[in-house]
Amino acid sequence: MKSPISTAIACLAGMSVLAAAGCGTAGSSSSLVIYNGQHEQTTASLVRAFESKTGIKTEVRSADEATLGNQVVQEAGNSPADVFYSENSPVLEALAEKGFLAPVARSTLAQVPPGASSAHGLWVGVAARLAALVYDPRQLGHAGPPRHLIELGEPRYSARVGFAPTETDFQPLVTAMIHAYGLARTEAWLRALQEHATVYPDNETVTQQVNNGESALGPIDNYYFYRLRASLPGETHAAISFFAPGDAGNLVDVSGAAVLRSSSHPAQAQRFLAFLVSEEGQRIIAAGESFEYPLRPGVAPSAQLPPLASLKPTIVPPAKLGDGSAVLAIEQRLGLL
Amino acid sequence: MRRARRRPPLFSLTGTLIAALFVVVPLAFVVVQALSSGASEARHLLLRATVAELLVNTIGLSATCTVLCAGLGLSAAWLVQRTDVPLRRMWAVLLVLPLGIPDFVVAFSWVSIDHSLHGFVPAAAVMTLSLYPLVYLPVATALANSDGSLEEAARSLGLGPWATFRRVTLRQVRAALVGGCMLVTLALLAEYGAFEILQFRTFTVEIFAEFKLGFDAVGACVLSLVLVLLSVGVLSGEPLLAGRRPQSRSGKGARRPAARHRLGSLTAPALLAVSSLALAALGIPVATLIYWTLHGGASTLPESSLLDALGSTAAFSAAAAVLASLLAAAVATLALRHRSRASALLERVTYLPLALPGLVIALGLVAFAVRYTPALYQSPVLLVVAYAILFLPLAVVSVRASLAGAPARLEDVARSLGLGPTRAYLRVTLPAIAPGLAAAFAFVFISTATELTATLILRPTAVETLATRFWEYTSAFAYAQAAPYALVMVAISAVPAYLLSRRGASVAEREGA
Repeated sequence: MKSPISTAIACLAGMSVLAAAGCGTAGSSSSLVIYNGQHEQTTASLVRAFESKTGIKTEVRSADEATLGNQVVQEAGNSPADVFYSENSPVLEALAEKGFLAPVARSTLAQVPPGASSAHGLWVGVAARLAALVYDPRQLGHAGPPRHLIELGEPRYSARVGFAPTETDFQPLVTAMIHAYGLARTEAWLRALQEHATVYPDNETVTQQVNNGESALGPIDNYYFYRLRASLPGETHAAISFFAPGDAGNLVDVSGAAVLRSSSHPAQAQRFLAFLVSEEGQRIIAAGESFEYPLRPGVAPSAQLPPLASLKPTIVPPAKLGDGSAVLAIEQRLGLL
Repeated sequence: MRRARRRPPLFSLTGTLIAALFVVVPLAFVVVQALSSGASEARHLLLRATVAELLVNTIGLSATCTVLCAGLGLSAAWLVQRTDVPLRRMWAVLLVLPLGIPDFVVAFSWVSIDHSLHGFVPAAAVMTLSLYPLVYLPVATALANSDGSLEEAARSLGLGPWATFRRVTLRQVRAALVGGCMLVTLALLAEYGAFEILQFRTFTVEIFAEFKLGFDAVGACVLSLVLVLLSVGVLSGEPLLAGRRPQSRSGKGARRPAARHRLGSLTAPALLAVSSLALAALGIPVATLIYWTLHGGASTLPESSLLDALGSTAAFSAAAAVLASLLAAAVATLALRHRSRASALLERVTYLPLALPGLVIALGLVAFAVRYTPALYQSPVLLVVAYAILFLPLAVVSVRASLAGAPARLEDVARSLGLGPTRAYLRVTLPAIAPGLAAAFAFVFISTATELTATLILRPTAVETLATRFWEYTSAFAYAQAAPYALVMVAISAVPAYLLSRRGASVAEREGA
């Protein structure tokens, strides 16, 4: 009896390989490839509008922005990506420093306030998010939440704080603290948090645990609160509060996009960036459920968000925020990492 | 009787070399990156105080969990295969299924029941419930296919039940048991999602944090080197425990199914024990997922096709399982039938990637593919290779355990009767290791279906799997939309688990004696 097992295995192997191969084309070179670290639904709406307007086919690869950033670094200049759209500026600064980004068209950069984009014109700011404090009103009572970021390190708060030191959103806060208070006081603040506060892996967890009452307060970016509230209607016990004008915590975090030097469709990539900061693109961002502030002057954000001007945030130039490596070194030294 | 050294069959040699080459790529990446800023920088990063804390955490947790998994896996396998506990067929499937639930889902479901769970004890408990199938599956397969007449002979020679268990049964499953424990230890080294949720800091959690904030791989790869060294330590200890000589009978034909112990008054406690395990390991996570599905709630993410994701996942998992099983057969054959220093080393090397997080392996493959095989980058082929690298050790352990029980002499007899080496292998050895191959297929299929980090990096851009869709939804708080994807992950894992339980059923049950 000829062994049926080997025949069966061979057939199965052949079929599986064919099936898997049919599952995805190996990077069709005619589409614009976007590495997307931003909110998936909003990006999908933007891409749909872009495709119908210009007829340029687009492929979106969504993942965590840090994963995508590391992937671009390892791709070492041979990336199939054309556009990199990130949630925060440090990853764009890191890629710019390593020489992976191409200059953005001047006309595109002119659409948004100058301080919001890369100092060297290597990426353009698209939307902004504001650092804020999510807190549980039941636990904080009459006193209410603190209005200054440095108060989180004080004994009356630090044991009730939940925060995520490994979040990319947290680095700009530390950088702003260093600029405002100096390295020594910032390290003392971090040490107090490390000893007393609860460490969570990411800001989604911080928001949720404050909502559950596990922690009393935690520093996040504003949109986490609004997205939680949208997904748990009627079950949101937490509230949001913003830091005082001029405070280190009252920080604007810019989400930006860039064209990769290795792009094989540079002209189309530039058109996509122009679309992101155009009137139509910014309206889509404002209307979407990412709950961010569009950067283009004259486009109003979602009605649920307080107007940016009324909160008088500090716009720390992204160049000053850097690529986060200084903060990484500090956190490693303190054992937060 | 010493067997004369003979040249190994071509397929096993090439298969092993291919497997070794696959594995060397991420290892080389780790070493190169770790040393890229110079040896002194590497040493400085290695000797931080944090590393000591991580070492204590990681080793402590691995040791605790391995022992607990060994106990749970062995007792569960023995209860299902060697006693007359009711509903055996059902337990055989249910006890394997926790493998099909991603570890972060298990951790997540426990944390959503009790928000304050974090630290060593919850981490150890949750990981034990997630990983005991790594011991259960090889041991159950070994018990199902082992020879009952040995036990009967021992009893008839006067050994009591405990002594029989210790000296005969345990010996028969020793290779499978130790192999399974090794898998548990290595898998714990690479675990990330669950520890992140349970706030327990191990090396892999730290590696991810450094990749996230550093964008240069040096610190993360130095820590990965530590993981590699730890796993080398584990792997060198394994042969000491597993024993040198494989236990095999001289003939297959007279094998009797083992008699099942009558539990009698112990039936109720045994049933309670097994059902508690299934409930804790499978019931709680699945109940949480069902709760989230029914709970409803608005989502801020687009609707996407569940069927598409299911199709991609099934195809990739099947392809990866086939590749890994073939390579595992090659590696196990070389290691067990043609023993030499080199073949033992090659076999050990294939286990190393299990201890590395999927992120590191994926980035290593990115760095390699972009330079040497750009056409394959972000293609399905590379993703299947990545899965094979990640899960080859699971397959090798399964195949090795059943190859150890297959008599080598029969193949010699076939050769002496005139069959060439390949025909002899296909007609004699392959049927004997079929249960092991089936276990290997199931193992790799189920593990691949739930893999996330390597998939996010290496998949073709338009492809979504169940795991990537689940991740997209959970990272936007859309748990009601995420839950169905996790439930389907469990459901498709049930298929190979069921087929395996049929295969693993003892000879008598299958042949209706």
